[in-house]
Amino acid sequence: MVKISDTKIATRESYGKALAELGKDYENLIVLDADLAGATKTSVFKKAFPDRHIDCGIAEADMTGIAAGLATCGKIPFISSFAMFASGRNFEQVRNSIGYPHLNVKIGATHAGITVGEDGATHQCLEDLSLMRSIPGMTVIVPSDDIEAKAAVKAVLDMEGPAYLRFGRAASPVFNDYEGYKFEIGKGIVLREGKDVTLFATGFMVAESLKAAELLANEGIDAEVINIHTIKPIDKDLVIKSVSKTKKAVTLEEHSVIGGLGSSVCEVLSESLPSPVLRIGINDEFGQSGTAAALVEHYGLNSEALCSKIKAWLK
Amino acid sequence: MNNNELAIMATKVRKGIVTAVYSASSGHPGGSLSAADMYTYLYFERMNIDPKNPDDPNRDRFVLSKGHTSPGLYSTLANRGYFDVEELTTFRKLGTRLQGHPCMNETPGVDMSSGSLGQGLSVAAGMALAAKLDNKDYKVYCLCGDGEIQEGQIWEAAMFSGANKLNNLTVIVDNNGLQIDGPVADVCSVYPIEDKFKAFNFNVITINGNDMEDIRKAFAFADEPSDKPTCIVMKTTKGKGVSFMENQVGWHGTAPNKEQYEQAIAELDEQLKSLEA
Repeated sequence: MVKISDTKIATRESYGKALAELGKDYENLIVLDADLAGATKTSVFKKAFPDRHIDCGIAEADMTGIAAGLATCGKIPFISSFAMFASGRNFEQVRNSIGYPHLNVKIGATHAGITVGEDGATHQCLEDLSLMRSIPGMTVIVPSDDIEAKAAVKAVLDMEGPAYLRFGRAASPVFNDYEGYKFEIGKGIVLREGKDVTLFATGFMVAESLKAAELLANEGIDAEVINIHTIKPIDKDLVIKSVSKTKKAVTLEEHSVIGGLGSSVCEVLSESLPSPVLRIGINDEFGQSGTAAALVEHYGLNSEALCSKIKAWLK
Repeated sequence: MNNNELAIMATKVRKGIVTAVYSASSGHPGGSLSAADMYTYLYFERMNIDPKNPDDPNRDRFVLSKGHTSPGLYSTLANRGYFDVEELTTFRKLGTRLQGHPCMNETPGVDMSSGSLGQGLSVAAGMALAAKLDNKDYKVYCLCGDGEIQEGQIWEAAMFSGANKLNNLTVIVDNNGLQIDGPVADVCSVYPIEDKFKAFNFNVITINGNDMEDIRKAFAFADEPSDKPTCIVMKTTKGKGVSFMENQVGWHGTAPNKEQYEQAIAELDEQLKSLEA
């Protein structure tokens, strides 16, 4: 059984460390920031490879275009900013200057979702998965912990084409430190087998879902938990296989219920295996200020709230 | 090539522009014709390029930030030997390699997909930065419209280019004075263009962009040792070379009918004859 450790690490930390580590082997790796290197944790890379770190100033649209230009010349640029600005401010630059020419640019988006906390609604990006997965050829990944975040950075470096990586600000528990863990783009991971309902979770919500599954077990509900780290391309086969068994799906994400994991799973099931789906996330509204923990509780995303919500839905 | 040979080629490029837009019944002749002399100078005299090896990593790069004037680029590339001039008649048609706005993965010789205004200068800056990082000596050219520089991203890119001393980058502003809704000065004035780029730490020169000797002088200016990028503000005539299109904002994005097409070709043939005499 997968164990949730007491060690907590923010995936943005893992991102910075992975870049600094991989920079040794990947000489074409260039990291770009828009005055947020301290917050996106790419400052670790900057310290190790000052010549390969470019600070573009507070100009995300420009940073996106510069990365595109670098990529046409054989570089592998990572552009780093908060998810709000790495997918929202520069959406059209990502679409037209990176997506359309299918350039080898990676987007490292930190501070995604509600767990941004105190900064409030303007900085809590709940729409990035929806935006990014609508761009043809874009790979979209939401790592669930430190180990997966590092594996994802390596994996997108080894693939050709644009990729969006979503990282969190808040420290989150490590649980992928089990034997046999393997990260493969587009392949979901069954973390807990069950027969009554499938919980498809991504990012920060994976650990909460594992905890919720334990609580559900106490209530006599046997939940399967699947980590969908790759939102696009989604693991259709696994979604269908699991729901063929459990007949019911719950999606869990720190994102709007519109356009992200919930929509992706609904698209697969409605076309191939029409089944009841409960989408859990943020319900078509903006966030607000508060600590990450207070917000998670307020929006009903902690394991206790998830358990009662899912239990009520299954009745 | 000497100036007369270049002028002859520019006239052939103009014929290709008119033919492409006429064949498509769609496209942007005005800003393609205004920049035809610059396109010609870049691809036939200035740039280190080889049509047989369009992906040479050491080649000079060109980014057409005002991507709607793709007929100008396509006609230049065709005349330069990247593909057959006949292919210009496929412009904007289903299945063509010559998309309405440039697509780098479709058309040989196109260094960047472009067309959403304001984005090209950032990309050009990224290419220039890559040359610096790799200690390579290739140069990067970016052509912008005068209306296009109303886009804020242009100034983000200008600030970055000046701050990073990208002296291997030249931005050319096609100052034909007209944009879709009217004169640039009336819609939302961009003037003074020169002072703006100077303030962003560019070396700036203003030339007549429809005069080969002036264009030649502009690049001699760009070659002077400096740690700054260069901005060439070229005063041009929108629709240059086709009498009824010149300085007419209506020809920004309109295709000629058969009669107009025949008249345009006749005028350009006349210009060719006198240049070749």
